[in-house]
Amino acid sequence: MKTNAHENKHLNLESPILIIGTGLAGWSTAREFRKLNSTKQIVMLTAERGDFYAKPAISNAFAQKKEAHQLITIPGQKIASTVGVKLVQNTVVKRINTTTQQVETSEGRFEYSKLVLATGARAIKLQMNGDAVDEVISVNSLDDYATFREKLFNGARVLIVGAGLIGCEFANDLAGEGFEVHVVDPNSGPLISLLPQAVSRQLETALWSIGVKWHMCTFVQSVNYDSKKGMNVTFANGESRCVDVILSAVGLRANTKIAQEGGALCDRGIVVDATLQTSITNIYALGDNTQYASETLGGSASRTMPYVMPIMNAAKALAQTLNGTLTKVVFPVMPVAIKTSILPIVIAPPSPGTQGSWSEVQEGIWNYVDSEHKILGFLLVGSKVSQRSEQMKRMVPMT
Amino acid sequence: MNNTAFKTYICIVCSFVYDEAVGRPEDNIPPGTKWADIPQSWTCPDCGVAKADFEVVEI
Repeated sequence: MKTNAHENKHLNLESPILIIGTGLAGWSTAREFRKLNSTKQIVMLTAERGDFYAKPAISNAFAQKKEAHQLITIPGQKIASTVGVKLVQNTVVKRINTTTQQVETSEGRFEYSKLVLATGARAIKLQMNGDAVDEVISVNSLDDYATFREKLFNGARVLIVGAGLIGCEFANDLAGEGFEVHVVDPNSGPLISLLPQAVSRQLETALWSIGVKWHMCTFVQSVNYDSKKGMNVTFANGESRCVDVILSAVGLRANTKIAQEGGALCDRGIVVDATLQTSITNIYALGDNTQYASETLGGSASRTMPYVMPIMNAAKALAQTLNGTLTKVVFPVMPVAIKTSILPIVIAPPSPGTQGSWSEVQEGIWNYVDSEHKILGFLLVGSKVSQRSEQMKRMVPMT
Repeated sequence: MNNTAFKTYICIVCSFVYDEAVGRPEDNIPPGTKWADIPQSWTCPDCGVAKADFEVVEI
């Protein structure tokens, strides 16, 4: 590794590793690092409590009859003492001083030898009109989920905005519990950007069969309080519906503000190299806030990957680098599970920009194949989701 | 078969559930395999956590 005497003079090597954010990315980095190094101090900053929970469980928690507090698997202070980190809760980061290697927060200054940005992403809010637009909620954290559950009284009519992965999982979860569920999306079918049309249609039919009402090829124009009860939603196609709860699930936007203000290069996310270092020395990023390097993605375009599996892979590599062994992340094939219980789906999508096409090789099993018959992606539908490991072995590995 | 002897475990990272009674035949883990008997090389199918890191909660 390159050493720079001038840099080292400034750099307080005795300072702790500082991690901003205590979601899966933050905690995974701390846990993986602790496996390699039991003495180096780790300080973690969070604007919340730092509770560790399984985030993918939020979108199917209802069917499991779980309240928000029941989704916490380990309370913040407990995991902090188990892993051996100093957890600083309810603390808002104001700015990073990259010259002095300090982070200014609402609770004072924190020095770092290495800084990890695990700041996650926030829900995208769509522009809508009307006096009730503030009623539109997103669920991207445990606290959001608690708010959502409070609003969801027995017999509530729910509108889900967005027929992507999270929208479909919530639709399945709520319709399965007897709620009246509407889904609105400008596309022609659910998950249409990810799935072949025939499978999108299958999912549409499966969710319809448990009562989900689709409003496709349109979008919400206005949300106004109804004179009697709930809210009146008007769609661009002229239709309208009266609902009690509106859940927006239209995607995530990386939290890049403090990185950007600190001078780190940001695009759709915080731009990192193959070792997860940002454009600034000693500052690293991983998770939903990060735009991973093309090199780690088999040469396909640099992009964000807001899923669980990339975080686990990134945390392992980053722990090595933080411990002094410069390590590049290598992402394996990472299938995504769509937990729609009425029609579960597992997809290992081809890299963006790949030339090829989907075909159903047997019922419920699809392959994405290029002109040389190489399998570059797969899709498993319904009972076939159990064949994940088998399919992964048949994939052409990313090189 | 006495099902009461079987336990169910949940991955704290992604909430994947492993049921000893069901096993994980697609990973060559037959029904009835105890958590302790799963090979160390096995990883969580949903999130990739190694078995050694798999902190489980009995449910």
